[in-house]
Amino acid sequence: MKSISYLTIGILFGVTMLKSEAASWFRIYEMFQFQSFHMYGIIGISVLLGTLIIALIKKFNIKAFDGSPIVFHKKDISFKRYFFGGLIFGLGWALAGACPGPMFTLVGAGFFPILIVIVFAVFGTYLYGRFKDKLPH
Amino acid sequence: MELICGPWPWYTSGILIAFVMFLLLMNGKYFGVSSNLRTLCTICGAGNKIDFFKFDWKAQKWNLFLITGAAIGGFIAVNFLSADTNIALNPKTIETLDVLGFKDAGANYLPTELFRFDSVKSVLLLALGGLFIGFGTRYAGGCTSGHAISGLSNLQLPSLIAVLGFFAGGLAMIHLVFPLIF
Repeated sequence: MKSISYLTIGILFGVTMLKSEAASWFRIYEMFQFQSFHMYGIIGISVLLGTLIIALIKKFNIKAFDGSPIVFHKKDISFKRYFFGGLIFGLGWALAGACPGPMFTLVGAGFFPILIVIVFAVFGTYLYGRFKDKLPH
Repeated sequence: MELICGPWPWYTSGILIAFVMFLLLMNGKYFGVSSNLRTLCTICGAGNKIDFFKFDWKAQKWNLFLITGAAIGGFIAVNFLSADTNIALNPKTIETLDVLGFKDAGANYLPTELFRFDSVKSVLLLALGGLFIGFGTRYAGGCTSGHAISGLSNLQLPSLIAVLGFFAGGLAMIHLVFPLIF
């Protein structure tokens, strides 16, 4: 039953990514050229609303659907891992024009060459796990 | 119906993404898609030798359902909710892409020059893009959903650093590397 609700949330997410063109390579390129407000609007509104939602959950101590408390974890403070990791992801984001969510949406939409990106993204994650002790964090 | 079948405006999308994050929080889950890449490594057996992949992946099953849904959503959107998949790009963007060798930018959802199996160069570039995405997201501990949406909404400084990194990388790729490879 639970699985079906996550599947449904995923469908909503996938339809949104495709229909808002956030899964389009062209839109990502346009964003990094600063030639359209579109992507900034999408990210801006979701962060603005997201901030409001999380603030309200904390303020009114809102519980999850099953009655358990909603716990927020603080991320470990560091600079290197976030900036360098982010930088590397950014290079890939602009080159392949897809984030880890939309890449699955694109498979469903029938753009099969994106499978190359997915396979190598899994491999890239493997490489990180393999060499993580040698990287500055 | 016309309203649904045309491209959705940015605010509709922004509201729905926040709603997705909210639904996950109400289920006690944290919106972050790139974790699935690690889960997939574990399912493939990477945990046998590397500690980083030794974890109970079944706890992440919900997230795999989420991306399965995201794929189904893509199928539904293209086949039942779209009149066409053109992108109304800024004419300046179309011009810049034309110079780089991308003809008819925006006439398709993705550039056909890059997304193809029958060109060694395209396959190599897509593979490289994938490598960067997979390596970078795990190094940074999140992607656009985990850091830019969930992390910034929770006012996490590390997420802001990561997002600045995303943009630094993206800008470097498009402005410095693209002219060399396309």
